[in-house]
Amino acid sequence: MEMTGADILIRSLSDEGVKHIFGYPGGAALHIYDAIYKQDKVQHILTRHEQGATHAADAYARADDSGKAGVVLVTSGPGVTNAVTGIATAYMDSIPMVVICGQVPTHLIGDDAFQEVDTVGITRPCVKHNFLIKDVRDVASTIKKAFFIAESGRPGPVVVDVPKDITAQTCEYLYPQHLTMRSYSPVTKGHPKQIKKAVELLLGAKRPIIYTGGGVVLGNAGDKLTEFVRRLGYPCTNTLMGLGAFPASDPLFVGMLGMHGTYEANMCMYECDVMLAVGARFDDRVTGELAKFSPNARIIHVDIDPSSIGKNVSVEVPIVGSAESVLEDMMAALNETSTQPDADALGQWWEQINRWRGLDSFGFDADGEFIKPQRVVKMLCDQTGGDAYITSDVGQHQMWAAQHYRFDKPRRWINSGGLGTMGFGLPAAMGVQLLHPKAEVACITGEASIQMCIQELAAIQQYELPIKIVCLNNRFMGMVRQWQEFFYDRRYSNSYMDSLPDFVKLAESFGHVGMRVENSGDLEGAMKEMLGMKNRAVFLDVVTDQAENVYPMIPGGAGHNEMVLKPGAQTDDMQERELA
Amino acid sequence: MRHIISVLLENESGALSRVAGLFSARGFNIESLTVAPTDDETLSRMTIVTEGGGDLVEQVTKQLNKLVDVVKLMELTEGPHIERELLLVKVRAMGSARDEVKRLVDIFRGRIVDVTDSIYTVELTGAGDKVDAFIDAIRPEDIIEVVRSGVSGIARGDRALKL
Repeated sequence: MEMTGADILIRSLSDEGVKHIFGYPGGAALHIYDAIYKQDKVQHILTRHEQGATHAADAYARADDSGKAGVVLVTSGPGVTNAVTGIATAYMDSIPMVVICGQVPTHLIGDDAFQEVDTVGITRPCVKHNFLIKDVRDVASTIKKAFFIAESGRPGPVVVDVPKDITAQTCEYLYPQHLTMRSYSPVTKGHPKQIKKAVELLLGAKRPIIYTGGGVVLGNAGDKLTEFVRRLGYPCTNTLMGLGAFPASDPLFVGMLGMHGTYEANMCMYECDVMLAVGARFDDRVTGELAKFSPNARIIHVDIDPSSIGKNVSVEVPIVGSAESVLEDMMAALNETSTQPDADALGQWWEQINRWRGLDSFGFDADGEFIKPQRVVKMLCDQTGGDAYITSDVGQHQMWAAQHYRFDKPRRWINSGGLGTMGFGLPAAMGVQLLHPKAEVACITGEASIQMCIQELAAIQQYELPIKIVCLNNRFMGMVRQWQEFFYDRRYSNSYMDSLPDFVKLAESFGHVGMRVENSGDLEGAMKEMLGMKNRAVFLDVVTDQAENVYPMIPGGAGHNEMVLKPGAQTDDMQERELA
Repeated sequence: MRHIISVLLENESGALSRVAGLFSARGFNIESLTVAPTDDETLSRMTIVTEGGGDLVEQVTKQLNKLVDVVKLMELTEGPHIERELLLVKVRAMGSARDEVKRLVDIFRGRIVDVTDSIYTVELTGAGDKVDAFIDAIRPEDIIEVVRSGVSGIARGDRALKL
């Protein structure tokens, strides 16, 4: 039976196992929206902005350990340009996503038609791949390819641009079961010789560190990593994107590393003699000044993307493969050899690490007149048993969430790490809650970030998603203010949040519960009350200390060993303390 | 160091812009780039000349390989290879210069492919340095127009870039 391109498109999604798509209709996508109306397998979630749709679909994929892509549907022109921020966000964090875009009819392409943009051209630098469909007979196979590319290898967003006339034309429907592409076949299995070399190097280490990133989360290799690290008894640190891959409660965990990571994690990176990096990409926020990066380390780098290896830091043992497969093979190699880790050296190394730990670099003064933002996060962690899905926006609150919420499981921490997209948190929470309707989902945000996708409060109401929004309201773009305080002589140029809305009334006007806490003593009760409302979305506006900054910090141009631990503390003081 | 990379890629619209976009986005330098379909009409072959250290060219080849349209590539400069570029140059040729230009063309084994009473149009093929040398040998004020095709290349012996 012949079907229209639009029906084929939706049927392909259904055959691909897609249950939810996030989107916003418009002229060029109308045939597709009509096809959605006529079926009930794929449910469309109407966001209030295309950026919201992409973030929601992105987080839907992040929270799903099946590795399936999130799916977005937008119209041509402004629909696409609004989606670009979300596509770039997914690209930077390697999130599998398929974005279907309506396009003007084929004969109008290039004519500057109404709502026309060069979608393939605009999205090219921020997608793993993109397609423009030119023949209705290619619709099903292109969708198949889009999912295959998005979900395999190093995942990423794939854009499929579909001209309106193609969605009206008809042909036979056949969804391909298998697919091979001569130009695309990612390697998953690490080279055995390299694995052997890596294990030998690891076992010879006196001051080892295992540094892992988002690749371990995306590759569902958390269990394998945990088993491997525990077997060796080596310290493990996670990047911002990698939190939860190794349980934060485990004594072998030395915390997050990087610009606002723990002192002990960064010092481990600086002092180590052997480093195993898995699914991490030596990002500038992780390495600090490259010239001062891990001066004595012999580095093993495991990554599924060959171009990640040797990009910023040269490595001794490169291994191309999936985190899961390589960790499994490394574990097997460990089991085959009689060599054991150097217990004496390791004992000394842990003594050193524990001295660094003793500085309690995430410590903060919880007392005082104003509510400390760190305390809010810690309390949320305690009251949710550390088991909630936490989404966040970008800025100080994001760092405090990463520092103080204890992530023991992968995929619980959902944030925009690479692109640093403000406005991500709220739509992301929607995506997560749709995927896990029974789970506790909280969005830790700030009063600046939340306003960037605030319109999604309407979608949250429409789909009855009981999201808990915890707004750390310091009346500033906190991270911008922090940098202006440190590096621009306190010239707070445009970082003050003037004319803030009344968030309680705002939430209520969308049909949600709004709450505001100003006094320290009211926080605990308010949070309990919020979490007790199982079927309602709640906006908890917490008025926090305006002057609080994120510590510790590696300033620009500094190395891991030059962290500033607290206000006024200079690096020299810090080192003196450490020596004492 | 100068590197020549040969790339087989899907002969699809947009493939060229992916490669060009990659070079500009990553800040890689392109000295020349040529592309044309191959005997297999589903494939194009591209030759890219770039300048940089070993780390850079490694990153360039990895990033190229990552493009979904790229099927296979080879760094020609890693081994013995043949490199050719086509030059078309319009030279002022009057009076005694007519003989001098003709002699130069013969020495470089080029051909004069168009003649007017004051101009020779010369065709020359060779490696980049030979083309450079020919242009250097002509007085700059006599050069009217220069067209270079960019480098094409192929590996010597058994080494071949094919599917």
